[in-house]
Formats: sequence, C-alpha cells, structure tokens
Amino acid sequence: MADAARSPQGTRKTQRRLPPELSILLVLIGISATFEILGWVLQGQSFFANPQRLSIMILQVSVVGIIAIGVTQVIISGGIDLSSGSIVGATAMISMSLAQVSTYARAVYPSLTDLPVIIPVCAGLLTGLLCGVVNGALIAYTKIPPFIATLGMMVAARGFAKWYTKGQPVSFPTDSYASLGVGLTPVIIFICVAVVMHVVLRYTRYGKFTYAIGANPQAARVSGINVERQIVKIYAVAGVLSALAGIVVAARGLTAQAGMGQMYELDAIAMSVIGGVSLSGGRGSIVGTTIGMIIFGVIISGFTFLRIDAYYQEMIKGAIIVAAVVADVHRQRKRLKKA
Amino acid sequence: MVSAQTLAAVARFKEKIRRDGLLTIEGIRKEFPGVIALDDVRLHLKAGTVHALMGENGAGKSTLMKIIAGIYQPDAGVIKLYGEPVTLKSPLDALEQGIAMIHQELALLNWMTVAENIWIRREPKNRLGFIDHARMAAMTRDLFDRLNLTIDPLAQVSELTVAQKQMVEIARAVSYNSRILIMDEPTSALTDREAEHLFKIIRDLKAQDIGIVYITHKMHELFEIADEFTVFRDGRYVATHAARDVTREDIIQMMVGREIINLFPKVDCPIGDVILEVRNLTLPGVFHDISFTLRKGEILGLAGLVGSKRSNVAEAIFGVEPAASGEIIIGGKSVKITSPAVAMEQGIAFLTEDRKETGCFLILNCLENIQSALITRDHVKWGVVDQKAVTALASDMAEQLRVKTPDLGETVENLSGGNQQKLLIARWLLTKPRILILDEPTRGIDVGAKSEIHRIITGLAAEGVAVLMISSELPEVLGMSDRIMVMHEGHVAGFLDRAEADQVKIMGLAAR
Repeated sequence: MADAARSPQGTRKTQRRLPPELSILLVLIGISATFEILGWVLQGQSFFANPQRLSIMILQVSVVGIIAIGVTQVIISGGIDLSSGSIVGATAMISMSLAQVSTYARAVYPSLTDLPVIIPVCAGLLTGLLCGVVNGALIAYTKIPPFIATLGMMVAARGFAKWYTKGQPVSFPTDSYASLGVGLTPVIIFICVAVVMHVVLRYTRYGKFTYAIGANPQAARVSGINVERQIVKIYAVAGVLSALAGIVVAARGLTAQAGMGQMYELDAIAMSVIGGVSLSGGRGSIVGTTIGMIIFGVIISGFTFLRIDAYYQEMIKGAIIVAAVVADVHRQRKRLKKA
Repeated sequence: MVSAQTLAAVARFKEKIRRDGLLTIEGIRKEFPGVIALDDVRLHLKAGTVHALMGENGAGKSTLMKIIAGIYQPDAGVIKLYGEPVTLKSPLDALEQGIAMIHQELALLNWMTVAENIWIRREPKNRLGFIDHARMAAMTRDLFDRLNLTIDPLAQVSELTVAQKQMVEIARAVSYNSRILIMDEPTSALTDREAEHLFKIIRDLKAQDIGIVYITHKMHELFEIADEFTVFRDGRYVATHAARDVTREDIIQMMVGREIINLFPKVDCPIGDVILEVRNLTLPGVFHDISFTLRKGEILGLAGLVGSKRSNVAEAIFGVEPAASGEIIIGGKSVKITSPAVAMEQGIAFLTEDRKETGCFLILNCLENIQSALITRDHVKWGVVDQKAVTALASDMAEQLRVKTPDLGETVENLSGGNQQKLLIARWLLTKPRILILDEPTRGIDVGAKSEIHRIITGLAAEGVAVLMISSELPEVLGMSDRIMVMHEGHVAGFLDRAEADQVKIMGLAAR
C-alpha cells in the first residue's frame, strides 16, 4: 500500500474542467452584443463606448450586488433570505440617525451628532448581524423553513424602520459618512466584499461546510459538521452584508427612509440565480453571481438606452428571473435522469 | 333489488376464480441497472387464501409485490388475473382491475376525513354537482359495518392511530371491490392486540373469497394467518408449500439455501483488548438493553432482519440519534456521545447504510467528499483549509483504496456505487479511527468492488482497528466476522462464534 502512495499517480492533481460560469459568461456576451448591435441600428451609436453609461450601469447594481454576495452563500447552503431589503431599510435608518451633523436643528439624537464615521457604521453592521443571527437561529434550531423565518424578519425589520422615526426621513449626514456613497465607492466596496467572499467560499472551512450543507445536510451532519452553528453563521454574514448595503445606500442618497431597499431581496436572489446558483443548494459561486449582477445591469441600462418603457423593463426582468430558474430546474432534471 | 342475471354472473365469476385462482404469475423477470432483481419467478394465489412471501432482505419480495401492484413493469413473464393474461400499466390500472396494495408507509391524506380519503376521486355528488357529504359518510358507515370496523367516518385521518389508518386503507381497497390485497409487513407498526384485530379482518376478507399476498419476516404470523407460502432467494423462486405442512426450521432452510458465495475471507489476526463496551443501551420504542463488547482487531458482525433496529444502535453509538439510557465505554472510560463530532473525537467512524441519502455529497467532487470529515478537526488554520496537505492525503487514500475515477475533481454522482462506497471509506480512514462502524458496506455494489471492500476491512482489522459490521448478507457476515451478534426487533437475540456460526443458526435467532 505504501508503494502505491508513492507512485506518480499518488500525488495527482485535480484536472482542469470547464468552469460552470463559462456558460453564464457567454450569455452576458450574447446580451451585450445584442445591445451593441441594436444601438448602432436603432440609435446610430455604441452602447458600450460611453464611460458615463458604463459607470451608471455598474453603480446601479453594485449596492444590490453586495447583498447578492451574502444571498449567494445562503442559497448555496440550501436556504433563502427574503429579509435583505428590509434590513437595508432598518440599518439605513439607524446608521443615518447616528451620522447627522450638529448644525441640523432636528437631528434624531441632538446630543449624538458629528460622531466619527465608525460609530454609525458599526451600529448599522451590528443591527444587520443581529437580524441575521435571529434568522439563522430560527432556521437552525426551530427547524422552520428559511422562507418563513426570513419572511417574518422581512416584515418585522421593515416595521422597525418605520417605527424608528415614526416614518420621518433622516437626513444631513456628516461629510465623512456621506463619502461612503460618493462616486464609485459603492463599486469598490462591492469588489472588496466579492473578493473576500470568493476566497472564503473556496479556501476556508466555512466555505466547504456551506457547500456540504447545501449538497446534503444529513451527510454533513454525519461528517461531524455542526450544521446548526454553520447555518447561524451563514445568515449572520448575509445580515451584515445587507447592513453594509443599507449604510452605503443611505450615504449615497444623503438621506435614510423607512422604505429603502424594497425589493432588493428579490433582485439579489435574481442576480444569484441568473449567475448559476442553484436554488436546490450546493452549487454556485461568487464569480457566477458577479456575472449575474452585470447581466442584470446591462439589461436595465440597455433598455433605458433603447428608450424602452420602464414598465416593460420590469416585465422583462420578471421573465428573465423565471427563465433562469427554469434553466436550473432543467439542469437538475437532466442530472436526475443520468443518475 | 339485484336481478337474477347479475346474481348468476356473480356466481359464475366466483366459480371461475375458485377454479383458476385469482392471480397466476409465471416466468417473471425484472432487471435494474447492474442487478437482476427477479428471475423466472412464479406465484399462484387462490381465492380466499392468504399467501405469504418469505425470503431474506433483498430476496426480491418487494420487487415482485411492486410488479403485482402495477408500480414496476416486468421485463419478461406472464401475469394472469382470474385466468386471463393482463398487463398492469400503473397502480391505478391495477386497482381498477381489482388489485390493491396496502402501503407500508401509509398513503393517506392526513388533513382530510376518513370518508374523504376512501372515496377520493369517486365522491358522491348531489344534483348541483357538489360533494354529498352526508351520503359519503353513510357509504363509509356501510363499508365499515361490513368489515366490523368502528372508526368515525368524519374523523380526521391525522387523529387516527397507525392501526386505524391501516384499517382505513384496507377498507378503501375493499371499496374498490378489490379481489387481491397486497400487504407488506402490515404488523410492523402494530401492537399485539392491534395485530390480532387485523388478523380477524383478514379472516373476514378470506371468507369473501378475497386473496391476500402477505409479506412478512415474522415466522409466528406465517403459521397464524397464512394458508400457503412461497420462498424466494436472491431473486429466484425456491418453493411453495402449505403452511401447515412445514416447520419453522424447514422455512429457514429454504430461505438461506446451501450455497455459500465465495467471498474474500477474513485473515486471522491477533485480537487485542476491549476498546468499546456498550452496556444496556436503550432508546424506548426502538431498541432495548443492547450490551456487547468490541476488541481491537476484531470484526463483530451484526445480523438481523429488517426491523431489527441494527442501524439505530449504530446511530446511537455515533451520536446521530443518541440513546436515552445505557452506557458507552471507550478505552475504559465512560463517554457521553451527543453528536457525531463527539463520536469522532473518541475515534469512531461510521459508514452509513444509505450511500445516497446520508453518505455522499453527490453534486460535489471526490475531493470534497473525501475531506469533509477530516477538515472538521485537522488541517485548518484560522479557518483556512490547508488544501495542499489535505489533497495529498486524500489522493493517497483514494489510490490505496483503488478508487476508479479520472481524477478527484470528478463529480461523485458520475461514479459507480462501488467507487462511491470506497470514497466514503476513504473519508473515514483519513480520520484515523480506532472504531469503525460499517452499515451495509457492500450493499448494491458489484462483486469485484465487494471483494475489494472486504480486503480493505480485513486489512484495517489487521492494523488493530475494531470493526462493527452490519450486514444483511449472511455469507458476508459469516465470511468476515470473528463473532456475530444477532438482533431481533430491538433486542440482542444472541451471539455466535465464528466456529459455530452458520446461516441456519443466524436465521434461527433473527426470525423468531
């Protein structure tokens, strides 16, 4: 046996395969090419050779993209998170209320103005963490379906955001807080989050456990994985990333409103699913979700560019989401037939 | 009133089924990828009799039953119903032709009433086309009166006991005017008194010329309720006899047969100190007072029929579903095993029975499958997996166990059953266990892979690993074990030494 171990094949490496993200990338290229051609035909100009349009496009999706990164790992673990958008609203309110300038007469906390930026940011992130831990604990220990647990949080967190200032918007942040949303900062934050999560999912135990639980929770448990604790961690991370998006969105708008982030959860799920994350768990990647996010952005700004009515945009967006899930189900069925 | 013509037709039909029998099966063959489940099987069911199907686990009883119920289509052979050849295209088709199956896992709609369950899709309607609940309840009462049942037609099914649910299923079958009922271990979830009631109903059904195909592992039931029985072994027909003509020993002899398949035999190796001692392990309603010892280098075979709760004992020792009382002593120290992680700390590894359900991560690759247990404990620093080291260990182990895969990046669902099983063994060997629990280590894999896995198990025992091996295949248990523990319905039925054990003795303990 020892000889076999030292044989040349004994140290064989995993051989390169075509990454599953490739097909999504081809879809992105196809859609982009279509808009480029339509641009020349219908508008007489290029769709992509316009830096301003590109930066608006990427800004539009990067905030939801931050959420999608968290949602991706939730879906990989076999769950779903519907509370992201409401957590955005709640954390936007909390962090903005601690980020107001002293020169503003009607601050929420008149004695807590001009605070260093770290305080509103931490307060926001902690709020998100708390919401995520509650989600995760409910799912892991009471065994209620993730759909229901996070639906409850979605309603409750939105209610909290409205109650917090009795529905009044919160405005006038300090310059340092406002800088979190200026220019391409949200895009930079997205890139940092995506890179970190990519590394986490691929190279850490956290990532390996997440995929294992999504692929087969019973086998994960028998392998000695503490499935419950890992689920709490996964939803906690998703909550923190939603909070980060909430902080950025408030900083960018220079105001926080209780209704902020509505439908973000669905856009984030859509980006993940379009990016090849399987709703049945165990499959997907940050690279895929990032491509899914860009597809999302290209379609929205492409429609605007072609002056297609906003109502059509939403209808077509809905169709695309359903198409992505149909493609996923189709892949699963093909897999089952083979097995 | 029923017309004289109808009465005459009924009489003619009864005459016919008394002459030709209800169901005749000849030359049935059924193949699944890689296995021949049934080959040249026959069965003859007479009107007004209970016909028991007997055989070890995997003898083909369930497959045959599913063919009769229209769930599977046979690859060859003839099914004759009331003397005429038929094809049974689906369970509904079988039901409409008079064959009803009483499911082991009961197939009722829990949140509807008893009456609704019985008449579903055939509900009586009133003039407006709405369901006539009053008439439906009355019809149910008539039906229950015929069967001497005292269940409220308007009760919700979820409120019934398992026994009552079974009665409802039987009543439903009768309401379809079924002539043939198939019952698969109907008493497995019943108390003795409930079983007694069931037997009474079965006798009533017999009196109405209904035939019953009855699958059981329980010898005393066979003698109590069956008129005839047929024995299967390894998917083949062995014999049919009248129940009163034979003894328990005769049946065991027919079930186990004589031939011993040539397996990789255990190599004798020194057996060391006791490493695992289990004392009075009990999980109420599942298993009771399980006590045994396991030594270093020893292979303890654990035999028993379906329902003997062997796997539950293994799950308790590994912390998947811990026992309620009793003691587990490892290396002389009493330990409380509350989860698989705790069991792994104690050096226990557990290859589960169901490769696909609780073993493999089918959609992940080989490497992830092999390393999943190891990285819960070792080779992780600051949460980051030392992938280079783990990959080297995993591929060494895969090589040693001769896992056949193009490379470790291959998705596990593309591997054969034998290679999946080897991967799972590799997963556990990487954790360097002192105690290895194997639940059906060679189920559903081909002969070549089987003997390789036997070679691996023997090799581990020779290295001093203590092995507890659950297996339904008696030749495997006999060939591999130093000692054999036999379980029967949650209790230890006895121990046999390698020298004294044979198939008849094991079955004698397993089937009371």
